[in-house]
Amino acid sequence: MTSSSPLVVADNLTRFYTVKSGAFSKPSVVRALAGASFTLEAGKTLAVVGESGCGKSTLARVVTMIESPTSGTLTIDGKTITPDDSSARAALRSSVQIVFQDPYGSLNPRQKIGRILEEPLVINRPSMSAEEREAKARDMLRLVGLRPEHYSRFPHMFSGGQRQRIAIARALMLEPRVLVLDEPVSALDLSIQSQILNLLVDLQDQFNLAYLFISHDLSVVKHMADDVMVMYLGQPVETGSRDAVFERAWHPYTRVLLSATPVADPTHQKDRIVLTGELPSPIDPPSGCAFHPRCWKADSRCQQTAPLLQSAELPAQPISQPSAPPEAGALNHYLACHHPEK
Amino acid sequence: MNTSLTDSAATDVQAPGRFREFWFYFSENRGAVVGMVITVLLILVALFADFIAPHSATEQYRDHFLQPPFWQEGGSTEFLLGTDAVGRDLLSRLIHGTRYSFMIGAMVVLVAASGGILLGLIAGFARGWVDTIIMRIMDVILAVPSLLLALVMVAILGPSLMNAMLAIAIVLQPHYVRLTRASVLAERTKDYVTSAKVAGAGPFRLMFVTVLPNCLAPIIVQAALSFSSAILDAAALGFLGMGAQPPTPEWGTMLSEAREFILRAWWVVTFPGLAILITVLAINLMGDGLRDALDPKLKRS
Repeated sequence: MTSSSPLVVADNLTRFYTVKSGAFSKPSVVRALAGASFTLEAGKTLAVVGESGCGKSTLARVVTMIESPTSGTLTIDGKTITPDDSSARAALRSSVQIVFQDPYGSLNPRQKIGRILEEPLVINRPSMSAEEREAKARDMLRLVGLRPEHYSRFPHMFSGGQRQRIAIARALMLEPRVLVLDEPVSALDLSIQSQILNLLVDLQDQFNLAYLFISHDLSVVKHMADDVMVMYLGQPVETGSRDAVFERAWHPYTRVLLSATPVADPTHQKDRIVLTGELPSPIDPPSGCAFHPRCWKADSRCQQTAPLLQSAELPAQPISQPSAPPEAGALNHYLACHHPEK
Repeated sequence: MNTSLTDSAATDVQAPGRFREFWFYFSENRGAVVGMVITVLLILVALFADFIAPHSATEQYRDHFLQPPFWQEGGSTEFLLGTDAVGRDLLSRLIHGTRYSFMIGAMVVLVAASGGILLGLIAGFARGWVDTIIMRIMDVILAVPSLLLALVMVAILGPSLMNAMLAIAIVLQPHYVRLTRASVLAERTKDYVTSAKVAGAGPFRLMFVTVLPNCLAPIIVQAALSFSSAILDAAALGFLGMGAQPPTPEWGTMLSEAREFILRAWWVVTFPGLAILITVLAINLMGDGLRDALDPKLKRS
């Protein structure tokens, strides 16, 4: 990969929702995404992992500009999106596209495959003729491993894996540079999963795509990711290259996630760490480190001060300046913990 | 990538046309086909009423008051279904009445459905106070008995067929608003709407191109049902003297005029009643079949 400047730079992105619980009570704020920073380069895959409700999908919605961030900035392809400015969105629409988890809900059941694929072109490339659009849609079908005559069929005639291929084809119609994959294979069965993952790897090589790969399946992440970001309650707790996170997982929460991954080896010694308690409510997050109520290493310091995301292998150095994004390589291993398990 | 799969299928299969596909599913429902045949026949009768009807709808034959149908004693083949109290040919009046019934049904459904779908889409997409205002107004309309409300409106506007149609359309509209809004709320959270948004679809495209076609199945059934209930309501208003005015050969008005002869001349009430029954039944059967054929979820691959 030749491009050195990152394609996507997120700096301290937050997304809060206001929830009214009744006419007389104060509206409460859900901190679905409470400050996430990361960079993503062309041709690379950043995997975002975490349990349900940790803000993974909110991050996906913010990055695809379905929702604007409450604060923080998002720079895509050199253009910056701030909470109050929505004009950049139309221009960036064709740079970022998304593939959803559920292939049964993500295709319009009333439209034929051809129309589904051509819709982004109809909206964003009005000068394109109908023949060009159709040719492009048929090419794209071939590219994702479907047959051109599938062009005039309805989504209900396809299996889950085929539908996901169609969803990927639609996302690629505008030739985006960033593809957000929101759990793209977790609704598919295992044999289909690997086909779709291989297709994604092929497409990444072919178009030099950057993937923001959201998943809760660590074995899939290990297969796909270049970098990994572990999130807990709307915040990244550990980020780093795949090898750093999988082999030198120092945050207790990452350890828990890794220990929960099933291994297909009967002789494998299970030393599973089982967490007690539920994921705390993002309406009322715990003081200090968000993980402290469930952490076995927590002490009074964890209850009072939140740990900053700091370089794990270098002397302390916060990364929240947009001017100095973390450099690629083994040294970009960051951690938010007072008691890393080194 | 799987090239062998792609190569083996280089020839493109021509997909069946839209109409043939529709007909394939529609024709599986025999009741619907019967309903459609009757409806088409009735529409033809309505279109060519001037040529089919043996007599004028309003001409009074002074020698033939309350003449029975031709197979009864005293009947003649000149007036196949007999005559009414002022000597008008019943068959000709029924044939011309088909025109009014279908015009009433079509106009009422057109006005009620287009207004209702528009309001429902706005309520479903806007949410908030716009939604609240629209839905509360619809609740108020629904809270008043429909025929009574239509009667009141016709009483205010003055009895005529046009005012009756307007009143019936307003009375039927809330059903469309509710149906559309409920479908919109269910559909707009789905991922395909989000992905259309990500592709850059504006609010109008989202409303009419992305979401509306997916809400149409219940609306079509409602349209078929309210087509028939519009005919019924117009007949009821006509029967009460608030709809079409004599000598218009509207079926409800004909029933109303025949009221006093129910015991003496059964044909003057039976045939207009049968005409209403057959029309309404045929349209309802067809509506059911339409739903089955138009809903892709009920189709087999």
